Amino acid sequence: MRTVQLSHGGGGQEMNKLISDLFFHHFQNEILLKAEDAAVLQLEGPIAFTSDSFTVSPLFFAGGDIGKLAIAGTVNDLAMVGAQPQYLSCSFIIEEGFEYHKLETIVKSMKAELEKSGAQIVCGDTKVVPRGAADGVFINTTGVGTVKYPNISVSQLQAGDAILVSRDIGCHGSCILMARDELRLESELVSDCATLWPVVERLIESGVSLHAMRDATRGGLSAVLNEWCEGSKIQIDVEEEKIPIADAVQGLCELYGFEPYDLANEGTMILAVPAKDVPAALDVLRLFSPNAEQIGTVVEAQQHKVIMHNPWGGRRYLELPQGELLPRIC
Amino acid sequence: MIELKDLSQGFRNPELMQSLSQRIHQLSAQLSESVKIMEVCGGHTHTIMKYGLNQLLPRNIEFIHGPGCPVCIMPKERIDHAIELAMLPEVILVTLGDMIRVPGSKGTLAQCRAKGGDVRPVYDPLDALEIAKQNPDRKVVFFAIGFETTTPMTAVLLELAEKQNVANLYFHINHVLVPPAVDAVMADGAAKVTAFIGPSHVSAITGSDIYQPIVDCYHTPVVVSGFEPVDVMQSILMIVEQKVQGIAKLEVQYTRVVTAKGNQAAQQKVASMFTLRPHFRWRGLGDIPLSSLVLSEQYRHRDAEIVFADALSDQAIEDHKACQCADILRGLAKPNQCRVFGRGCTPTKPMGSCMVSSEGACNAYYRYAGLAFDLDLTKEATTGKASINRAKTEKEITA
Ligand code: SF4
Repeated sequence: MRTVQLSHGGGGQEMNKLISDLFFHHFQNEILLKAEDAAVLQLEGPIAFTSDSFTVSPLFFAGGDIGKLAIAGTVNDLAMVGAQPQYLSCSFIIEEGFEYHKLETIVKSMKAELEKSGAQIVCGDTKVVPRGAADGVFINTTGVGTVKYPNISVSQLQAGDAILVSRDIGCHGSCILMARDELRLESELVSDCATLWPVVERLIESGVSLHAMRDATRGGLSAVLNEWCEGSKIQIDVEEEKIPIADAVQGLCELYGFEPYDLANEGTMILAVPAKDVPAALDVLRLFSPNAEQIGTVVEAQQHKVIMHNPWGGRRYLELPQGELLPRIC
Repeated sequence: MIELKDLSQGFRNPELMQSLSQRIHQLSAQLSESVKIMEVCGGHTHTIMKYGLNQLLPRNIEFIHGPGCPVCIMPKERIDHAIELAMLPEVILVTLGDMIRVPGSKGTLAQCRAKGGDVRPVYDPLDALEIAKQNPDRKVVFFAIGFETTTPMTAVLLELAEKQNVANLYFHINHVLVPPAVDAVMADGAAKVTAFIGPSHVSAITGSDIYQPIVDCYHTPVVVSGFEPVDVMQSILMIVEQKVQGIAKLEVQYTRVVTAKGNQAAQQKVASMFTLRPHFRWRGLGDIPLSSLVLSEQYRHRDAEIVFADALSDQAIEDHKACQCADILRGLAKPNQCRVFGRGCTPTKPMGSCMVSSEGACNAYYRYAGLAFDLDLTKEATTGKASINRAKTEKEITA
């Protein structure tokens, strides 16, 4: 079995071979292949710039792997401010002894995910650390993109806006939970891990006004809505019944006492659009997922809280997730 | 295999909820005194708060939270035991989820782990067996907690360890019993409980009959209830019906699973491996004789309290003075009446056990009842002796 050795990170021949056979081979594009100290880019402003590190356990899960996540995560961060993802950097920290074919699988799934937005990896770095110093592979990706729709922001929500979700929530968090050894659960569920730029691009083309967008990653729906309330000094009323949740996700939450609203997503976004644009926005969203739904509205209020209304008339705050024993998921 | 979706479907029907609520409103109008229902188990507290059931009920129905959360009732000295064991270099301490965040007098198991103690939280007790097999040169101690519901799992773990000759697995037993705790609350009298909702998962094992003595002795209705919103609402209706008729009897709402006699195979297994412990000190309730279990004579060689006796302290330790967990567990106070609730004590920085456990009353109030306090949707807000002092957000608390 071929494994990654410390020497692969040593800067010598082995490292050159790893880079050319694996990374250059799969990620190849003009800028990367120049192999300069830094990539020289052509960009037209304004530019969005973002970075994220990925440390998921397990590395491979139903619906994706750390590689897909590392591309989708960074590309989505750009898309969520209305920017078209263009150039990415990518750094690997690899644990000594990591199987080569697994690394190759990860790289291939990164390549496949890149194709969905058309972004390119133009620079990168590889480090190999002694066994035990990392958990398999850690990946950092950093990305830049050109802003196509300005002023999408956590501070732009206004009373009367509708809150939409692009699909059912909590799939990624549930998948990772189920994949953990100690749970040993079986389910058809797959992660929602996906690149969101195509749907954002369609939304922009369709002429919908976009006030706020956010991919509901760590902290899930609860975190996004609470951040928006704080950021725009508004209240959000959510109808519990309207929030799309897969049966398996709901079941897992029942079993372990989690709330689906707190579970992580990797390809699900929340949007705030003016009420008049709801039908057009839902039309676009439903091209990508039939489960897209309006789940709430923005109202003006003294308190900047998320209020959840249940189907029998009860109300409660939807708080930020906290104090839970959630596994590391991204 | 059970389909995951089967776990909740059908028991959250809005029309059914509303009609149950209406019926309760109609009937309870005939009552001259308010009904003080103790939900023995924290799981029910969570259902009530999470689904806003208290908002659907008339003001003469009041909830009192009971002592039925296995994490909450664990006294500090038992947690200290766990920490003392985990700090022994040869020991791996295995326990269930929330337990690692409950503070003892020497911090929490999570802090102990950060200091180098080998603490492994698991979801399934049987994982302790695997850990013991994988670490033959270490001593694995399973810190067993829970009411009658989880005791059979510990019994199965013990049985497998014996059968498979896994000699390095030990048990620190903290299995407690519901009826003595309920009896202690009633005997004390201060909580003024006039009805009980009993947890269905306990009775799935023990049968519903375990509550008959409570009904007979205190003339208090007991309804064994499921945990879904419809289950709890129906149980409340059953209690109100009894109250209107002026009777007190034992009823089972959760007939889907619970029978009078329960799961006798599980009971026999437990009886063959455990005996009653003469004394156990509960957090909040103090010493209740014959209220918990201990390994029986023939398994002494696996009893961590005997095997590691030299390493374990034996002093009873009281809770922090500001913490009102004791009053909450005895049904004498509501979480929001505690001075540190939501300020010094939050789920991420708990002072008392009731805030830690995902079944704890303070945790339920903190997570779900904030709006109720702000808008006075809850009876607690008006009857509470202390003012509502819940801080708004975690940010404000730490600021
Ligand atoms: S708020 Fe904290 S300190 Fe107060 S009773 Fe609850 S758990 Fe104990």
